[in-house]
Amino acid sequence: MPPTSPSRRHLLASMIAASGGLALSPLLAAALPAPLLTRPIPSSGEQLPVIGLGSWITFNVGRDPQGRRESTDVMRQFFAGGGRLVDSSPMYGSAQDVIGEAVQTLKPARLFAADKVWVSGGARGVAQVEASRKLWRVPRFDLLQVHNLLSWDEHLPILLAMKREGRLRYVGITTSEGRRHAEIEKIMASQPIDFVQISYNALDRDVEQRILPLARERRIGVIVNRPFRQGDLTQALAGKPLPGWAADIGCTTWAQALLKFIVSHPAVTCAIPATSSVAHVRENLLAGTGRMPDEALRKRIAQDVERLA
Amino acid sequence: MSEWWTYSLSDFLMFSSRSYYRLIESYNAAIWPAHLLALVAGLVVIVAIVRPRQHLQRSAALVLAAAWGWVAWAYQLERYAEINTAAPYFAAAFAVQALLLCWLAYRPANAANAAPAPQPVALGLTGLAIFAYPVLALARDNGTWRQAEVFGIVPDPTVVATLGMLLAWRAPAIFWLIPVSWCLVSGATLMELKIGHAWLLPALALTAVFARVMGSRKPRDLNSTANPRS
Repeated sequence: MPPTSPSRRHLLASMIAASGGLALSPLLAAALPAPLLTRPIPSSGEQLPVIGLGSWITFNVGRDPQGRRESTDVMRQFFAGGGRLVDSSPMYGSAQDVIGEAVQTLKPARLFAADKVWVSGGARGVAQVEASRKLWRVPRFDLLQVHNLLSWDEHLPILLAMKREGRLRYVGITTSEGRRHAEIEKIMASQPIDFVQISYNALDRDVEQRILPLARERRIGVIVNRPFRQGDLTQALAGKPLPGWAADIGCTTWAQALLKFIVSHPAVTCAIPATSSVAHVRENLLAGTGRMPDEALRKRIAQDVERLA
Repeated sequence: MSEWWTYSLSDFLMFSSRSYYRLIESYNAAIWPAHLLALVAGLVVIVAIVRPRQHLQRSAALVLAAAWGWVAWAYQLERYAEINTAAPYFAAAFAVQALLLCWLAYRPANAANAAPAPQPVALGLTGLAIFAYPVLALARDNGTWRQAEVFGIVPDPTVVATLGMLLAWRAPAIFWLIPVSWCLVSGATLMELKIGHAWLLPALALTAVFARVMGSRKPRDLNSTANPRS
């Protein structure tokens, strides 16, 4: 099907109006052609860029010097472009140590260090968090999340206590690919968490029904993982012409359109695409700039992606 | 793990094909020229299949035991564990197989009943593992000789060569368990990494098992089946 013609009805006159509280990051006007948008963390009001950086698979390069150099380059570009939130997990092999090496090299001024606890039992969780912190080479984490809800009832009280003691700034929980949403909802409704991390993209939109509205209601920040379905989505759309609406929201690639779809949802705080390519980091960051789709265009993006992917 | 049935293999894949083959490349560079020694060791296994003499078969079993032990330590534990958290478990399994092969070497009468003549399928499997497997690196996009998978150095060709020997030796099922399991695990991993020859390892395992089942017969003492002049 040929690209459709753009409809001005589907565009927002202002990115701020479109995305329910988006503001401009002052950091990167020099690095990107337009400022990277930020969103307030609901529980604190702290502004966070809408594009973060994941590390699943991409940063697990072992001791390979070239892989580590490339990962550092990716993080250099990410920070130069105004990015802040980097997300990892003890589950991601060598990724934490690779991030730590880059942090040591780059010394980013505004890193937002987001990690996870992924082990059975609260006591082992404490030891794991400390081991992770040493690998990251940071004095403390900004955000710690219970990975895939593993032993969440034991970890959450410990993480919340760390937050009260000033050893941690935010607490969250994670899931991926639509798993355990009922339990996620229960925790969101009953626990004083700051973030929930879920999978969300133009094809996997279950969270729009309950979890995203609940996050807004409970003032919980939302981090979105697997925005490209681990690359399958961008691969499926590769070679397909971008519809006309893409240019109207400043997208030159499907990856940008997919990211704009996600971060334009008013409940979403940021998306965390993972990449090992410097060019892709820049491409992803650009998706956090300029105009955002309104609700009508978001529906159309979802329909087009569903049709083409 | 709750709702385990909702997980797919891709959920456990922790690394990219690029990281995987770069790991093999750096490992190869670190231990070169051990590959030449491994090639000579591989020839011992082939000779033992071509000439099924008891002392040659024992030597081959010890060569394979050493190969499994080396791969357990140098590859699984020291290298692969960098990018795969399951690698220490694989290392343990490989160490167990090394012990089993030692047992096969020293207790042949209890553990095996070798075929009296060379078996073409067994020879084909082992020959393919030793001579053809390294060339597979060139069949991949951006693959180079530096990423060659060599018998006795990395798991896949080591396992395939072992399957050939087990087939020739008509080894009991216990010796097949770990090699065949590895073929499934590694094949599935390569499939998730979208490597073109991912099907090869499971197919070779299937071939070996099929040949073993078809050629099964009542166990006999190795000493009675091997060449009496040996």
